[in-house]
Amino acid sequence: MKKSGAKIFVDTLIEHGVDTIFGFPGGAVLPIYDQLYQSPVRHILTRHEQGAIHAADGYARVTGKAGICIATSGPGATNLVTGLANAFMDSVPLIAFSGQVPTSMIGNDSFQEADIYGITIPVTKYNYLVKDVNNLRRVLDEAFHIARTGRPGPVLIDIPKDVQIKETEFWEGKEIDLPPNHRADDLDIQKQIKRAAEAIRNAKRPVLYVGGGAIISGASEPLKKLAEKASIPVTTTLMGKGSFPETHPLSLGMLGMHGTKYANYAVTEADLLIAIGARFDDRVTGDIKRFAPNAGIIHIDIDPAEISKIIKVDIPMVGDANDILSALCKMLESKRHPEWLDKIAEWKRDYPLSYDKSGNEIKPQYVVEKIYEVTKGDAIIATEVGQNQMWAAQYYLLDRPRSFVSSGGLGTMGFGFPASIGAKVGCPDRVVFDIAGDGSFQMTIQELATAVQDGINVKIAILNNGYLGMVRQWQEIFFGRRYSSTCLGKSPDFVAIAKGYGAEGIRVTKPEDVEPAIKQALQTDKPVVIDFCVSPEENVFPMVPPGEAIDKMLDQGSGK
Amino acid sequence: MRHTITVLVENKFGVLARISSLFSARGFNIESLSVGETIDPTISRMTLVTSGDDQIIEQVIKQLRRLIDVIKVSDLSDMEYVEREMVLLKVSADSQNRAEILRICDIFRGKIIDVSPKTLTLEVTGVQDKISAMIGLLKPMGIIEIARTGKVAMSRAKK
Repeated sequence: MKKSGAKIFVDTLIEHGVDTIFGFPGGAVLPIYDQLYQSPVRHILTRHEQGAIHAADGYARVTGKAGICIATSGPGATNLVTGLANAFMDSVPLIAFSGQVPTSMIGNDSFQEADIYGITIPVTKYNYLVKDVNNLRRVLDEAFHIARTGRPGPVLIDIPKDVQIKETEFWEGKEIDLPPNHRADDLDIQKQIKRAAEAIRNAKRPVLYVGGGAIISGASEPLKKLAEKASIPVTTTLMGKGSFPETHPLSLGMLGMHGTKYANYAVTEADLLIAIGARFDDRVTGDIKRFAPNAGIIHIDIDPAEISKIIKVDIPMVGDANDILSALCKMLESKRHPEWLDKIAEWKRDYPLSYDKSGNEIKPQYVVEKIYEVTKGDAIIATEVGQNQMWAAQYYLLDRPRSFVSSGGLGTMGFGFPASIGAKVGCPDRVVFDIAGDGSFQMTIQELATAVQDGINVKIAILNNGYLGMVRQWQEIFFGRRYSSTCLGKSPDFVAIAKGYGAEGIRVTKPEDVEPAIKQALQTDKPVVIDFCVSPEENVFPMVPPGEAIDKMLDQGSGK
Repeated sequence: MRHTITVLVENKFGVLARISSLFSARGFNIESLSVGETIDPTISRMTLVTSGDDQIIEQVIKQLRRLIDVIKVSDLSDMEYVEREMVLLKVSADSQNRAEILRICDIFRGKIIDVSPKTLTLEVTGVQDKISAMIGLLKPMGIIEIARTGKVAMSRAKK
């Protein structure tokens, strides 16, 4: 029996357990869309290809499965580029499909032709241009393997229209034949684990520094065991949020530029830093020479290239965090660090996260606190990028992994809302809140139509300050309050916009109305946009100025 | 420091683009790069010369190993190895310096592969220092055109 490329495409996706794809059709993917018409796969029509890929990304982050999206050739494909770069930076398993002009027309500057293979080489883990239908099945199987294994990442597959139409007998899956992964090279992992255990035994002021890799690997359980057994405080990156319960006494919250003071002090004073699936990003480390200056460094990562990329590692361990932590845990005996933990408790008492609660304006931090209370800390939180993202990270404490959906590495404004749609599709039984800014939300606001059409019941909390808040904050502190192009002027009527799309809209201008509005949104069986009119010039603190050491933080009142 | 790195890669479309994209994206420099098939036509061998401190070279190698199409990466600078480069040189040759050019060619064990009334074209193979020395000697005669292959290299057999 022969099958067309388009049929092979749909059948293979189903074989790999795909039940949902996000996409936007066009001329070069018509044969595939024709097959989708009669297939059991749910296709969610977004209103922009960028919305489709961010939704697939959000879906992947909360489920751990590969997110799937599809776009047509040319502009459809180029609209995927930001989403690919975003998923690549945050190691999200994603497979993006683009249509391409027929093979005979490639290179002719044909209508809606773009060299998306060439364009996406630097922003994908791997990519393909399938020129022969006989290779399609193999490419699809490889793509699933590549996207999901090792350090996950996005794969793009460009499929010319004639390849979708042509038929072949070669549509059955076979064993994957890829060059072997270049893992651990010469490291003897058992020996390294022994060395790490010894270092932990000898440490007086250890700190666990945990990133997104711990979530990808599903290492929350051995992480908690290790922290409790060896009595080690835990700080997470933005991507690692939720890998360790933030309400746990050993939690230090987030570290870095807008981290807690106690996390940054602890890292600076530590004599042993255990990095797990984290990559010493500049937003975490500040001035690298003064980052954890007194600490030996253990680094667990599945990607050997991350070891000693930024900072010299003393004990590298290349492999899966879950496996390594479990093995490490077995080698350790219970230990207490009363002096160290007392010191940390003191910092926590003296330097808690705080904001100015006086005045009649709604404080954005207060909104996040209320969302936390009303949803009992159990919602999936998507964020946009900027102040909204940092306040969400600081004030919405998460106790479980795969619950924080935020563009960490690339910092993509407009990511949160479509990603929240994908997250809700992936976890329909959980409450999903997008904590947004008025700037970011307007970058992908058109996806309200998607949420309404498909009944995807997400809640959007706009922390509306009328500014591109984070950029304005930098202008305030570092550029003498010269607010160059950061004032958004009079806001559009977000309530009317929400209603115009068929969603619900609520405007909140008084602090006492915050909580009722959140409750009302949760009771509404529709997507709801809550427009919180918050203090326009509220800043995110603490703040480490760029290039400073992380224990040199600006605080409330500084910089004004 | 300068390092000579050999890379075995899948011999397929796009691989060279991936490698050069990696180098430009991460700000590594490539001083020379040569590519050719191995005995197995599905595999190509690249020899690339790059420079940087130890930390950068470590990253170059690790980032190369991350690429799906890369099979094996070796830093030859860690071992004993042999290297050769070939160069073609078109030199202007009049009756006065023709003999001198032939003599230089001879000293460097080069070959004359083309002759015209006003030029001589030389083929020379050797280590890069030797080729540079020869180019230095021929420069005053007037080099019209030059084509270098870039270095190829392999580790010495164990004795």
